[in-house]
Amino acid sequence: MNSVLIIAAMAFTETVRDKILYSILVFALAMIGSSTILVTLSVGGEGRIVKNLGLACITLFGLFIAVFIGINLVSREIERRTIFSLLSKPVRRAEFLIGKFLGLGLTLAVNLGIMAAGLMVLAWALEGHWTPRILLAAGFTFVELLILTATAILFSTFSTPTLSAIYTLLVFVIGRLSADLMAFAAQFGGASLKAMTNGLYYLLPNLSRFNLSAAVANDLAVDPGTLALTVIYGALYVAAVLALAIAVFQRRDFR
Amino acid sequence: MEPVIQIERLCKDYRVGFWGRRVRVLRDLSLEIRAGETFGYLGPNGAGKSTTIKLLLGLIWPTAGTGRVLAHPLGDASTRGRIGFLAENPSFYEYLTGQEFLTYSGRLLGVPRGALKEQAPALLAEVGLERAAGQQIRKYSKGMVQRLGLAQALLGDPHLLILDEPMSGLDPIGRKEVRDLILRQRAAGRTVFFSTHILPDVEMICDRVGILVGGRLVRSGSLRTMLGEELESIEVTATAIPAETLAAVGRLALSPPLVQDDRVMVQLPGEAELDIALFMLIGAKSRVLSVVPQRRSLETIFLEASREAQA
Repeated sequence: MNSVLIIAAMAFTETVRDKILYSILVFALAMIGSSTILVTLSVGGEGRIVKNLGLACITLFGLFIAVFIGINLVSREIERRTIFSLLSKPVRRAEFLIGKFLGLGLTLAVNLGIMAAGLMVLAWALEGHWTPRILLAAGFTFVELLILTATAILFSTFSTPTLSAIYTLLVFVIGRLSADLMAFAAQFGGASLKAMTNGLYYLLPNLSRFNLSAAVANDLAVDPGTLALTVIYGALYVAAVLALAIAVFQRRDFR
Repeated sequence: MEPVIQIERLCKDYRVGFWGRRVRVLRDLSLEIRAGETFGYLGPNGAGKSTTIKLLLGLIWPTAGTGRVLAHPLGDASTRGRIGFLAENPSFYEYLTGQEFLTYSGRLLGVPRGALKEQAPALLAEVGLERAAGQQIRKYSKGMVQRLGLAQALLGDPHLLILDEPMSGLDPIGRKEVRDLILRQRAAGRTVFFSTHILPDVEMICDRVGILVGGRLVRSGSLRTMLGEELESIEVTATAIPAETLAAVGRLALSPPLVQDDRVMVQLPGEAELDIALFMLIGAKSRVLSVVPQRRSLETIFLEASREAQA
């Protein structure tokens, strides 16, 4: 356990010393801020537009952090052979991967926190009251991004950084659409299309469950039981993907 | 006492190319390293030296064969706390400073914080990096990275040091420092296993050597025996030799004596001929200036072993 925390601390240090992170963060805050321009186009509902766009920005830039920094955390270690000095210490390969995952998770938490705080201040400036549910939506985005981080780590244990990034982005897109695709196939598709969309729905993470932006922006009620189940689903999915990543990583030769 | 390293009939295949063709890079390697030994693992580039080292550390898995390091099976994570390892052309986290890297490495080894505060600066000083301790590793030269690698290998007082090409990337001063450092480790009772292709260094510091060619261990044994058995000749230099004595000694020599002014140098094939020649020279009241045994260098043995293996 001690090794996991040390590796997590190292991974966090690595990401916060990476200039790319700051570029993403500054760009994300600028995007959230610039959503106020769109407010001038609408009559009423300014806060709703800003919250909707802001939460979309948080997901998008969080995704960039999870994918581009997440993939580098493992594959750069292998490519630059820095992994030799780590795995020649009393560190199990599983501890290495879990440490990296936790380190990046911390980086994501800090960055999502900053973006969500920025959005909350902006929504307050427009509406004159606080919307704490922005934090709830950002929290669910965080769980969604943890699934994608675990997926990025899984791909980077056996594939090149570029392919891993493409695969992870595909998982994000399909994961966000899989429920819609299944509903579409159920209505209009043949047996084979139904089987395929069902397969994608059950195999890939159902990421649309983590998207609370519509509920938060429109001030709709959300069922606490469903939310709790969603969090449990996310945690189990992360555990399963990490277990698979560890199984692959365990057999790998570091030449 | 169980050997520090014991491997038996170890084989390693790599898959190469698009179709994943199997290539055997290590064949039936058996090796035993005893406690306190300094073992030089020699071989040309691509012989399988780094592959062996990675197998010992569990960075890669054997295709066949078994092995034990410090009484544990290959790849056992708990053993690695007692092993100091330096990889070939090492690379460390560029965003950390030398001091930070040693601190992280020490913590992974389980060195208590208090001990680490003393050990890290002392080791940085030992490898000559005390002034660069606060610099990010990205600003280090190749030689400085190598030195940092040695410092992290010595952290936590390891029983066994595994060094892959520790002299590469170092200037002559650096090489001498590494040589001295290995000698200090030997004097402290540590077992050192290191690979190299810089042969003069090996002659100076090793107890035993193994020569690996094409994934096969072609020679292995005590360096003294290996070099001592292969005495090439003995050169005797003397002055004031009467003509008839010179002729008699000349008949024992491998080649005609070399005469320069009043000095004569004869090359004798072995110790028996040396006894007779000295007896004759002393009897003739000549002055013997030097007797120099000409041993075969490790380089000759290495080249011969490589040629034999390739043939």
